Amino acid sequence: MFFAKVIGTVWATRKDENLKSFKLQFIQPLNAQRENSGTPIVAVDTVGAGPGETVMYITAREAVIPLPVDMAPVDASIVGIVDRIDVKST
Amino acid sequence: MILGKVVGTVWATRKDEELVGAKLLIVKHVDLNYKVKDAFVVAVDTVQAGVGDVVLIATGSSARQTAATKNKPVDAVIMAVVDKLDVAD
Repeated sequence: MFFAKVIGTVWATRKDENLKSFKLQFIQPLNAQRENSGTPIVAVDTVGAGPGETVMYITAREAVIPLPVDMAPVDASIVGIVDRIDVKST
Repeated sequence: MILGKVVGTVWATRKDEELVGAKLLIVKHVDLNYKVKDAFVVAVDTVQAGVGDVVLIATGSSARQTAATKNKPVDAVIMAVVDKLDVAD
């Protein structure tokens, strides 16, 4: 599970039929200090996150689990919206 | 998923028999302004994408989660053709 910031939305009408009702969000991965780390990816949004919000997302085959279909070509899904991050500075 | 642009096609007659009938497209990664980067993948097309289309690719074992690629030796699949991209900078 990783942190990311929602930076945009992807609109696609021609897509795999199992993806019909899902929102595709553009997310910028973050580290625990909320700084950009890595290149932006596209994730299915299952929690209704808006642009600018910090979210948690999961990758790989497990990204299909929160979706209401049993099979979908998805390798990243937003599973939570972060309220607060407390990190003990090492 | 990764944003990419279809730049070409791969033709291969001698290949794993599970791949017979699969359309293999070369997809280069692109950044937010559709600028093509060097990295690329060969992905199986399931949405009739053509050369020049901006597409989304799912990689890893998620790529086998479609009717066309189920139980096939595929680790990258084109699962959407992008119409529009809204990026709030």
